[in-house]
Amino acid sequence: MITTDYILLCLGMGIVTYVPRWVPLFALSQRTLPRWLEEWLDLIPAAILSALILPSLVTAGEPRQLSLWNNDLLVAVPVFLFALRTRSLGGTVVLGMALYWLAGKFLG
Amino acid sequence: MSDHAAPTDKASIFRDGVRAAWPICLGYVPIGLAFGVLAQKAGLSPLAIGLMSVLVFAGSSQFIAVAMLGTGAGIAAIVVTAFTVNLRHLLMSSAISVYLRGIHKRWLTLFAYGITDESFALNLVRFREGNWDWKRALTVNHVTNAFWVASTVIGGLGGALIPAHAFGIDYALMGMFLCLLVYQLRGRLYVLTGLIAGAAAVVLSLLIPGNSYIVAASVIAATAGLYIRRRWPSLAASSTPAGERCREPVERNKR
Repeated sequence: MITTDYILLCLGMGIVTYVPRWVPLFALSQRTLPRWLEEWLDLIPAAILSALILPSLVTAGEPRQLSLWNNDLLVAVPVFLFALRTRSLGGTVVLGMALYWLAGKFLG
Repeated sequence: MSDHAAPTDKASIFRDGVRAAWPICLGYVPIGLAFGVLAQKAGLSPLAIGLMSVLVFAGSSQFIAVAMLGTGAGIAAIVVTAFTVNLRHLLMSSAISVYLRGIHKRWLTLFAYGITDESFALNLVRFREGNWDWKRALTVNHVTNAFWVASTVIGGLGGALIPAHAFGIDYALMGMFLCLLVYQLRGRLYVLTGLIAGAAAVVLSLLIPGNSYIVAASVIAATAGLYIRRRWPSLAASSTPAGERCREPVERNKR
């Protein structure tokens, strides 16, 4: 059953997730940006991807602790090298899954 | 940027979008199922799960919301948490806005709904490579959204019956992110920025709970990168100049 409170919760969450997605798009796409901002934004993807990936590979637990020996990291090394070499998105995804599956089987 | 434009008929736009979106869809299935199972255990019906997925479409905050619901947290606390968890989309949306110049506001409003870590990273790469446009990007956003909503609802209906961790599917998104990161390393400056971001993110993630480390580390790294570009231009010289990538959209606007 869906209560009014639950609908309010979803609406509230929806608004606060939507606004950060919408405001920059709306504000920035309608004008020419200063040079420094363009250069800064140009560096954001590399930065954000790295910031998303690395902690999930080398930390674990709650609260997080450094963990330098785990399947996620072990698999990431050959997968990263494969991506560097082939630049194939599909191939990288499939290889990552296969190695992760194997690592789970044999390394536990 | 390539000179020949991609076909503009609806069928090829949809096909290209779906083709590009499959790694994300694949990656969403195990996460969506897992979310559905958890949400169902927390007492949410499949309909309630679907409602949240449609209205929110943000994996991490949905997981947190369900966990908080389980502990009896109030609406305000959950909403505030969701807000802080999703602040990183400010950065993503800013970075992708460069490619969405001159698009009608109505479409921007629809586009914004589908900006996630995954669609952002994928679309950005495609835009840069050329032969990509906002309609294809929008298709990616909405196809992946549909997969997300469906997987969460299916998880709520009977996800516990589906074997978890099958075929390494849990690694699909990580594999995709690793390859998308490779695409971003277009010169020494980008490698350096990535290294700074990664190191900062690891340190900050160990120091502060939650996921604000993503935004903090990205801002630190991009600012450091910009400083390096200004201070030692020769170091950044091997990289593609930033202005290069906006040339095409700007020209299109003039016509």
